[in-house]
Amino acid sequence: MMYSIGKDSSVLLHLARKAFFPSKIPFPLLHVDTTFKFKEMIAFRDRTAEEYGFDLITHTNADGVRDGINPFDHGSSRYTDIMKTAALRQALNAGRYDAAIGGARRDEEKSRAKERVFSHRNASHAWDPKNQRPELWRTFNTRLNPGESMRVFPISNWTELDVWTYIYDQNIPIVPLYFAKPRPVVERSGTLIMVDDERLPLEAGEAPRLETVRFRTLGCYPLTGAIRSDAADLPSIIMEMQASRTSEREGRLIDSDSVGSMEKKKQEGYF
Amino acid sequence: MTLAMATPDTNLDLWLAQQTDKSLLRFLTCGSVDDGKSTLIGRLLYDSQLILDDQLASLKKESHNRTVGDEGIDFSLLVDGLAAEREQGITIDVAYRFFSTDKRKFIVADTPGHEQYTRNMATGASNADLALLLVDARKGLLTQTRRHSFILSLVGVKHVVLVVNKIDLVDYDQAIFDKIEADYREFARDLGFQSLAAVPVSALRGDNILVNSERMPWFTGTPLVPYLETIEVAQDKAAQPFRFPVQWVNRPNLDFRGFSGTVAAGQVAVGDEVLVAASRKPARVARVVTMDGDLDSAIAGQAVTLVLDREIDVSRGDVLAHPGAVPEFSNQFQARLVWMNDEPAYQGRSYLLKVGSQTVPATITDIKFRTNVNTLEHVAANKLDLNEVGTVTIATDRAIAFDPYADNPLTGGFILIDRLSNATLAAGTISFGLRRAQNLTYQSFDVNRQVRAEQKGQEAQIVWFTGLSGSGKSTIANLLEKRLTAEGRHCYILDGDNVRHGLNKDLGFTEAARVENIRRVAEVARLMADAGLIVLVSFISPFEKERQLAREIAGDIRFTEVYVDTSLAVAEQRDPKGLYAKARRGEIKNFTGIDSPFEVPTAPDLTLHGGQEEPAAMADKLHDWLKI
Repeated sequence: MMYSIGKDSSVLLHLARKAFFPSKIPFPLLHVDTTFKFKEMIAFRDRTAEEYGFDLITHTNADGVRDGINPFDHGSSRYTDIMKTAALRQALNAGRYDAAIGGARRDEEKSRAKERVFSHRNASHAWDPKNQRPELWRTFNTRLNPGESMRVFPISNWTELDVWTYIYDQNIPIVPLYFAKPRPVVERSGTLIMVDDERLPLEAGEAPRLETVRFRTLGCYPLTGAIRSDAADLPSIIMEMQASRTSEREGRLIDSDSVGSMEKKKQEGYF
Repeated sequence: MTLAMATPDTNLDLWLAQQTDKSLLRFLTCGSVDDGKSTLIGRLLYDSQLILDDQLASLKKESHNRTVGDEGIDFSLLVDGLAAEREQGITIDVAYRFFSTDKRKFIVADTPGHEQYTRNMATGASNADLALLLVDARKGLLTQTRRHSFILSLVGVKHVVLVVNKIDLVDYDQAIFDKIEADYREFARDLGFQSLAAVPVSALRGDNILVNSERMPWFTGTPLVPYLETIEVAQDKAAQPFRFPVQWVNRPNLDFRGFSGTVAAGQVAVGDEVLVAASRKPARVARVVTMDGDLDSAIAGQAVTLVLDREIDVSRGDVLAHPGAVPEFSNQFQARLVWMNDEPAYQGRSYLLKVGSQTVPATITDIKFRTNVNTLEHVAANKLDLNEVGTVTIATDRAIAFDPYADNPLTGGFILIDRLSNATLAAGTISFGLRRAQNLTYQSFDVNRQVRAEQKGQEAQIVWFTGLSGSGKSTIANLLEKRLTAEGRHCYILDGDNVRHGLNKDLGFTEAARVENIRRVAEVARLMADAGLIVLVSFISPFEKERQLAREIAGDIRFTEVYVDTSLAVAEQRDPKGLYAKARRGEIKNFTGIDSPFEVPTAPDLTLHGGQEEPAAMADKLHDWLKI
């Protein structure tokens, strides 16, 4: 199971624990660490793994680290290709997994809205959106030829609101970055970037300032925009979201590269 | 936190309670291409204010040079999420969208209108309670309108709204709307829909979507959204007979053994007697386990782990039910199929069938008829092509538990899977079990195959030769039989040409006939081997699936697949019967190697290289390999 440490992953983990109870989750959790995740995410990940006692595998693209790949010098697109997409392929190949379970939802993005719950991938992890297997009722065709794999999205039909209300109802722990708090940020092209460590190069005359912000989605800190907000607990977050006029992926810089960019990434093996 | 949010918990709990009370309606949009399905969904999302600012901005950018409504937006861009779809302006695959109003939550599946993507429409329909069937007011009912209606009926969608779209383009003419509605009611009379409403709309302009349009005072029915908010579609699944398909045997340690799954229908309580549908072994429910603590009972839709009071054999695929209300258990049933693959369905071919969590090998034993989607008439058929709908009988290798689809879609709907490519080939709905399957049991006799074979001092077996016509199969088989007979063995050669003169003289050379040809020969070979013989089968048998079928029919009888690998050039040059020459002149149709394919065996037990070695050498090589 893919574990991205975000709210959707937290819900998925909770559902998996429920599904297999009283057994432990019978598969490992995989985290692809790009080395640019928020520090609080990594701390939360390790704390959660210890508390629930699941088998956590972390993978980082060693070639990318060796070449010093980062989002500042190499651009978000190339960085994502190498540190996320290629890294994921490496990890999945190494584990020879038949299936990778993820927390993606159809309401997130237009090409995701098209994807099956059991999404077939060929031997090079590519998605063929024009030739998906028909998927009727809850009768999933899980059969694979050698080398092929499945991406499985159990919460495909949940909305962002469903996720938040479920977290509230079930009292599921999430990374504190979702809650508003004064944090050091810089503003670039209208996006608030948190200065999570000294690797973020500051432009001339630019200085981090403390603002009360939070995150609607979590990814790599240089590529994830914060929003100005006072919502410091779950009820406030849900209320704020109800009044919101922008979608959660707005803060994701990689989605807006070009129309159809997510579909292209998915064909290349992105989750 | 601001003052206004001082007591959000009370507000939120109230608000959350409202959310939970809201019912969920799952519906799909279907109909022919260009009837405006995607535009309608875009309109629904826009009017329910679900298009967010950043999405709206990118939408306006993309709408340049497209047909737009008063808002300057091409709404179809909201749902056509694939690059190929936006380029071609069509919908290829089903897209799911989510919206809610004050009264209800909605999941809508936007399905493609092109005939070639009918399978994706069926995907969307299989989980829907209601369908919006779009018709272009200028065109009226089309073949796709009828095909989609029939598929809706087949997968059991009970509620249909006929949305007569683009009414603005026919000047809001009531007569046109009335005619389309009357035509459709006539067509749909026998499709078994519980409710059918018709609404004239313009998705582009927003007429009759949220409120009654001033431009159509003659329409006094309910506009689309209010209709969707209020229609009652719920079925009381908890009142149906209890069904629990076991997904997983939950065994964390030696002290705990439970069965995990989702209650598919009905309810179950601690203390209930249940039994396994296949074995009829009874037990009582001791616990209903969840991570949040044990429950007293569970109803349809709940995922739980059941612990029984005694050790009985239960595994994944088994179905638990109450005594007196058990599902059918049979290895034969009648069903309706929507065929979803380029390669047609044939009688006699072996597939994998998945119903619930059970997967078994299965064969279409009879294609009773195909249904003409325009007229709903039954048409004789010996195969089903892509997107065709047929009524068939199916035999499974072992008996399975199921319900008629009309009673329970989760235990009566199935898919067929290709055994080599693993593609999903068809969706099927079980009509009824064929009880004669239960009455027909195998007679077992005291003198069996082993006894008969031992009497002849040999191991009964089948040697199956495959290869092109003129490859040397019969020559090698003949040499092998002579040598074995000289050694005191008892053999028989089943030869393709010879069998076609008698047993199979009613069969031609189409793909369907070839499948049946092989099936019969494989059955005869099995009977002969059962009589204790060494059976040499010399058949072109060009298709991998039929060779696999022959191997399966042989069951536990030793089966050796020998591929006589002689190139087409060599075989054609030999042409012992002058058949290649005739085929080249067009006098023989469907001739293997010329205008009908030969699928090279992927894993033959032995390959003999005809054209490179002498027949006698190859027969000796085979003889040594077989060690008879």
